[in-house]
Formats: sequence, structure tokens, C-alpha cells
Amino acid sequence: MKYTKEHEWLKMDGVVATVGITNHAAEQLGDLVFVELPNEKRAVSLGEEIVVIESVKAASDIQAPADGTILEVNKNIVEDPNLVNSDPLGAGWFFKMEITDPSILDTMMDEAEYLDFIS
Amino acid sequence: MITSLKTALHDIHQALNGRFITYAGYEMPVQYSDGVLQEHKHTRASCGVFDVSHMGQILISPGSGSEEDLTRSLEMLVPSDLFSLPENKQCYSLLTNSSGGVIDDLIITKCKDYFFLVCNASRKSLVFEHLRLRLGEAFKVQLLDNRALFAVQGPLSDRVLTRFSSHLSDMNFLDFKIVQILGTECWVSRSGYTGEDGFEISVENSRAEAWFKEILSCKEIKPVGLGARDSLRLEAGLCLYGNELSETITPVEADLGWVIHKARRVGGSRSGGFLGEEIILRQLNSGASQKRVGLLPIGRAPMRAGCKIFGDKHSSTEIGSISSGGFSPILNKPISMAILDTTFSKPGTKVCVELRGNRLLADVTCLPFVSHNYKSKKGNA
Repeated sequence: MKYTKEHEWLKMDGVVATVGITNHAAEQLGDLVFVELPNEKRAVSLGEEIVVIESVKAASDIQAPADGTILEVNKNIVEDPNLVNSDPLGAGWFFKMEITDPSILDTMMDEAEYLDFIS
Repeated sequence: MITSLKTALHDIHQALNGRFITYAGYEMPVQYSDGVLQEHKHTRASCGVFDVSHMGQILISPGSGSEEDLTRSLEMLVPSDLFSLPENKQCYSLLTNSSGGVIDDLIITKCKDYFFLVCNASRKSLVFEHLRLRLGEAFKVQLLDNRALFAVQGPLSDRVLTRFSSHLSDMNFLDFKIVQILGTECWVSRSGYTGEDGFEISVENSRAEAWFKEILSCKEIKPVGLGARDSLRLEAGLCLYGNELSETITPVEADLGWVIHKARRVGGSRSGGFLGEEIILRQLNSGASQKRVGLLPIGRAPMRAGCKIFGDKHSSTEIGSISSGGFSPILNKPISMAILDTTFSKPGTKVCVELRGNRLLADVTCLPFVSHNYKSKKGNA
């Protein structure tokens, strides 16, 4: 698993990353009540705001962690946004994307570095 | 760097794992461990306690003037019928400005020979200065910085507080009473900002912590932060200063015409005589061009403060904007309030709200979203 400073996690399978948000981020955001996901097959670039997540109190964005193409989105979290709170590393994943240049992963944190980052 | 102000309960909020934000210069808990959603639901189902000590508590007494003169002078600043306000009774009121806008919304309590006001935290210095300047030297205006304020809100509030005092159950909505509870003088009113039955209790700072702990020991009660306070008041269709109320929105535009009491209206016994009377009374009679309304978004996306509103998908003419918006935990869907062109303000009208570049439909609807549950003389209304 790789982690970004925006509190996203990436699980790699070849050049395809499954992306979600960390436990820490889910806890900070509070109970989610709305999720809006990007369209499948959409080309995205690093830092682009592609997901909207909202709690009772506030709206936030999730950015694309790399350049690439969205392959699949998790429609379950649109139906039940609370999945992101109850299982952020599993059933609460956001999208799968093909990463154009996987070398970007070398710039991301591993778990130990991420835990250090949030402490 | 400016240090944030803290209420007398700050240490307890920390011990309760409160998450802090700075609000109106105060470091306040926006939520505790349970989170906004659970705190909100708990308040509607049972009972929540809120620290609202950041709000302004103001005493106005006759000083060297007479009580009658004080009442007359205060009536020049608000459109309320203060002469008819009985002792130990409160009214919701508005400090107006000369252009018909609102300096602040507040609760005015008529006490024995003085008035007790509770105003917004963000406006309290301004309100204090306004009162001092406008009321003049003769009357004594005090902004109390030695008192904490709690709100106990929810259907079980009465049951909980009855354990501490037998003198509260017979109070009705907007009644006020000074009682001894736990060896402390408490200024208690049956009021709040959630739409639920409940009480607001003012105690001296030195007693605040002991008091709050005692209340929290009741199993029905949970601490509730400012996050749920906002979502509760939005469901109850209540105005928030800075959102639905401002120096440039009149009481009629905020759909608070009922705040202008009969005696102060055209044809009343003391018609007008408050700041901005001309425009406010004219709007009361012939309507205003914009009005506060409730909006129910058609989809699931919350429409929050600042979103622009249009009459249809393509029109370039803005007809209003969202003043408050979020998610209703009780209705399980998004809700908003808006200040909208009166032409579109009829319930059932469809409007388009611009959200992240898209125009989404919303229905104009009646307020409140969740009905009020205040204690009336007939029992729980």
C-alpha cells in the first residue's frame, strides 16, 4: 500500500491502483452522507478534484493521486456513504484507475511513513 | 497571533474528546467522540447538553432612569411590544438598523426591574456598543463575562432537569425563572435553538464545571457540539445571523414578520418608532422583493451556503442564493434555506441551484423541515 499527503491509500495490481481514504481521514471527516464519483473511462490528472464527499457539516474533495484513467468506481458508497466510515480500507474504496506513469508511486509514503506523517 | 477565547468549560470539552474549531473568536467543540450525526439524532430522541457560553449575556437596568423610560428607549431599538411582555417572560427579537437591516437577533427577557438579553457571540461587542450608544447614559448596560450558558435540549430535557429542581416542569416555552439548583443561582429559560423542548441555563463561571459534570452524569444526556447545533437549527428552520440575517436583510425578507408585534405595526398603539421602521412597515404591508424560504434538493447532493439559484436550467438571471444548507439526519436527505426572489417563493415552485458547475433542481418548501416540539400550556404541542 502507498499513501499520499492527501490521506489517500493506493493498492497496486500491475498498473491499476485501487484508491480509497485512510482510517485517519475517515475519522476526521466524520459520518459521510453524500459521495459523488467520477465517470468511468475519464482521463484525470494528478491533483484534479474528482470525488466529492460530504458530511453533515462540510463538503470535501478527493484528488486524483496520479495522472491516468478511471476504470471503475465503487457505486456501493454512493448508495451507502457510511461504508467509507465503517470500512475505509476495504468496502469503502472509491475508484480503480490505470496509472500512466507508475514511477510516481516512488514519491508516495509507505505505511510507516504515513503513520509518522499523521502523528 | 491572536489567542482564542475559551469558555469556563474548555477543560471538560477536552476531557470529553471534543474536536475544536474557532467560532466567533472562541475555541469551541464542533463535536465530541460520537460525531455530528449521532449527536444530532440523540438530541431529537433524548437529550443533549450544549455549551453556549460564547453567546453574549447582557443586563440592562434603569440605572438613574425609570423602568418605564428604559422600556420606551429599548423599544426604539427593537420592533417588539416590550410594555406587554410580562415579568419572567421572553420574546425573540431583532435589533434593527436605520436601513431596515438587522444588527443581531436576540432573546429579550423581562425580569423584575431589568431586561436580560442573550445575543450572538459574533455580534456581542457590537450589540453592547449599540445599546450603550443608543440607550444613553441614564441606563446601565452590562455585558456579563462572568457567566456560562448551557442549553439542555431534547424531549427528555424536562425529565432530566426535574431531578435537580421541582420548579422547572411548570415552565412553558419562553418562560424565565431564577431558581437554586445544586446550590447555585440559575437563570433558567424554557427555550433553545433546536426546535425541541429544552432549557437554557445561565450560571456563574465558577460553578459551570461542577454543573456541567452533574448534568452529564444523567444517562439520557450526551454532550453536543456546534456542528449538530447548526444542523438542528437548520432542520428547525431557524435563522442564523450571518446566513439568513444581516445588516442588509430586513426582518420581512428573513420571513420574520411575526417578530414585529401588533402594537408596533401600522395601526398599532405604538406604531413604528424603531430603527428602519419605514421600510420594515412598508414591506410588512406590501411585501418584499426577496424572502427566506426552505428548499428541498431533488437529488442527494447537499446545497450549501453561497450556491446561486436560477429560475431554470439556462437563465442567466440569478434569483437568489442558498443561505444555509446541509444534510438532515432526521429526514435523511439534504435540506437548505435560501433568500429567494419572492416571485419564486411559493411552496412547490421548482428552482435550479448551481452546484459545481451543474444546475440541479430543488423544490421550494414550507419551514420548518422538522416540526417544533415546544412545551405549551396545553401540554407538549
